[in-house]
Amino acid sequence: MFEGIQKSLSEALRRLTGRGRLTEDNIREGLAEVRRALLEADVNYNVANAFIQRVTERAVGQEVLKSIRPSEQIIKIVYDELVKLMGPVDHSIRFAKDRPTVIMLCGLQGSGKTTTAAKLALNLKEMGRKPMLVAADLQRPAAVDQLKVLGEQIQVPVYAEAGATPLKVCTNAVREAVRQGRDTVILDTAGRLHIDEMPMGELKEIDRLVKPDMVFLVCDAMTGQDAVNSSKAFNEALELNGVLLTKLDGDARGGAALSIKEVTKVPIKWIGVGEKLDRLEEFHPERMAQRILGQGDLLGLVERVARVQQSIDQEKLKEQQARLAKGDFTLEDFREQFATLRKMGVKQIMSMMPGMDGMLSETDEDPEQAFRRFQGMIDAMTPEERRNPHILDLSRRRRIAAGSGTQPHEVKKFVEQFEIVRSLMRQMMNMSLWERVKTVTGLNKMGAFLPGSQLLQKPKIGTGHRKSAKERAEERKKKRKKKR
Amino acid sequence: MVFGTLFNKIKQGLAKTRQVFSGVASLFRLRGRVDKEFLARLEERLYLADVGPTATTQIVERVRKAYLDREISGDVEAFVKNELKSLLREQDNSLHLALNGPTVIIVAGINGSGKTTSIAKLAYRLSKEGRKVMLAACDTFRAAAVEQLTIWSQRIGCDIIKGQQGSDPGAVAFDACEAAKVRRADVLIIDTAGRLHTQAHLMRELEKIRKIASRQIEGAPHEVLLVLDATSGQNAIQQADSFKKAIQCTGIILAKLDGTAKGGAIVAIRQKVGLPVKFIGVGEKLEDLEVFDPDAYVEALFAE
Repeated sequence: MFEGIQKSLSEALRRLTGRGRLTEDNIREGLAEVRRALLEADVNYNVANAFIQRVTERAVGQEVLKSIRPSEQIIKIVYDELVKLMGPVDHSIRFAKDRPTVIMLCGLQGSGKTTTAAKLALNLKEMGRKPMLVAADLQRPAAVDQLKVLGEQIQVPVYAEAGATPLKVCTNAVREAVRQGRDTVILDTAGRLHIDEMPMGELKEIDRLVKPDMVFLVCDAMTGQDAVNSSKAFNEALELNGVLLTKLDGDARGGAALSIKEVTKVPIKWIGVGEKLDRLEEFHPERMAQRILGQGDLLGLVERVARVQQSIDQEKLKEQQARLAKGDFTLEDFREQFATLRKMGVKQIMSMMPGMDGMLSETDEDPEQAFRRFQGMIDAMTPEERRNPHILDLSRRRRIAAGSGTQPHEVKKFVEQFEIVRSLMRQMMNMSLWERVKTVTGLNKMGAFLPGSQLLQKPKIGTGHRKSAKERAEERKKKRKKKR
Repeated sequence: MVFGTLFNKIKQGLAKTRQVFSGVASLFRLRGRVDKEFLARLEERLYLADVGPTATTQIVERVRKAYLDREISGDVEAFVKNELKSLLREQDNSLHLALNGPTVIIVAGINGSGKTTSIAKLAYRLSKEGRKVMLAACDTFRAAAVEQLTIWSQRIGCDIIKGQQGSDPGAVAFDACEAAKVRRADVLIIDTAGRLHTQAHLMRELEKIRKIASRQIEGAPHEVLLVLDATSGQNAIQQADSFKKAIQCTGIILAKLDGTAKGGAIVAIRQKVGLPVKFIGVGEKLEDLEVFDPDAYVEALFAE
């Protein structure tokens, strides 16, 4: 997500570190690059300037020039200041004890309020709360329908009312929540331009009469310099308790994240990192700063793995590990692994690994897509083939290719790759799931999973003549013996 | 005067935009010489309008070279305006319609950029011009997106072809193309699901829709329009670049220009990607879609 800002920042920082001796002049020069990187990432102009000012003051001070590794010292200063800029964050929601807690979401049109409302509801549900969604966006055609559909998907009741004003809907909703015994009410309000007096007044009225316990601003991570204006306007009108930053799964450099806190003092609490409804995460300034500086977000990754691990059948996992230990890992198990990885969001996992960011963009292939294709191939095999992939001959490969919408040579390559992976898997048998993920994705880095890669494959040696089927079968047998 | 009314419309839409840019206007009313401070303020103004580092640096550098230490005057103002205009001027930003048979317009963009509303406005505009417009609701992904477009089509009074939520958008596009031929529609506007330009598989889905349209109707798609949110910053450049590469976009609709956002990213897009802005969205009503005129745009930015 922050790859952009990270790339240009690390470029600027590399220039700093590349020099043996630092003088005040070349620190300033390097930091000017950092400033440009920030502006390129849509950090607010004034925020960027103030940030660079602070860093410069500390960086050209005695502290740095006298230290043993001045460049590292500067990176530390940039990191510290980044964390300071975005933090601190308190993720807790204060829940009322004797009545439903009301959370109001507001934001510009198209910032992602309705989707975020559903994500938040799902999150609260997982925390053991009993949320209820309220469709108070009566402006956009079919917004109410959208929330209803989403509510059904996550099994959270949606309150909607035809022919009422948004204010009426909200007040009635709170009453209904009490009746139904729901303890948290999420108001999805209409998107608006912060400069429109009228709808802003409508929000204020809801704020005054419904008295939400928390008001969150939903903000698009791609917003440019305007992020500051809109968050300011909303904050002045409603006194925001927090910001939810959405669409961070794209390549938005998310400069807004750096500006909003500085200007409004309202912390970013959560970030939306995908279209699926479980992709709402807590915002951690430290992790974000690490990510910006290219150090990866390992903590976030571990957390996600843990979350998915909960949903995996522990029995199955043990069984799998047992088979692994014996060394007969089959395509069947392989398929399970793919499914698990896909559940976690392959791409995101990879972008959270230090140094992995660049790897994905180098290839056009979407890894999730590639994994799905592999799954298709395995699905098209007979149980026998899955257990003993070496029985695959051309006609079987043709059938599998036809059954999975791939090409016979792709099937062949995949099986070859599987052999490589299998030998690696044997080494991995004692690793935790998390280590396994690391190894598998690391393998990807080397190209084993990527179509067209030849990196790990043994070169073919010509035999001089075309073998008969019998000869080939014999050779296969020999190979198998050798492997065991 | 056509130009006059158009000018006023944009001016209204950009009322807030002007507040920011009027800083530039008042900048020119400063007394004294073009010095470091003047240039810094010019830079600030351009950055705050989302014009971005490349174009900003370029304009500031040119002003510095041409006017450093000279009196601040109308010349400097005209110079900056001209720079912006020349960065935006485009030989051709008209909408291309087929000579005979239905014109196919595909509209794409990221989530929440304003596609559906822009389509409604465009459909309204074209049907006001006496054309028979048909809509294809190919956003089968987002909940209730089809309903949203249906409501618009009822308000405008045009045909709509739709599929079930979750159905294949390509199939809907196919049906729509067939229907457009049979019912002799003049224009078919295809709505697509919002997608981030980084989602390769979804970009391929767009490609597929494009391919289907071109197979069904000769010369189609005649226009592939990318809807950009005026509030988005420099990321808009990446969006324009990826969408252009994936589905050969022919132009941009700049939506939500009625906020405080200035949409300055279009300057950088024009420079780096070369996509022309064809329409701008300047309000929430159906008629609030204007043909983009770079001169009027820049003038309106500086108008009182």
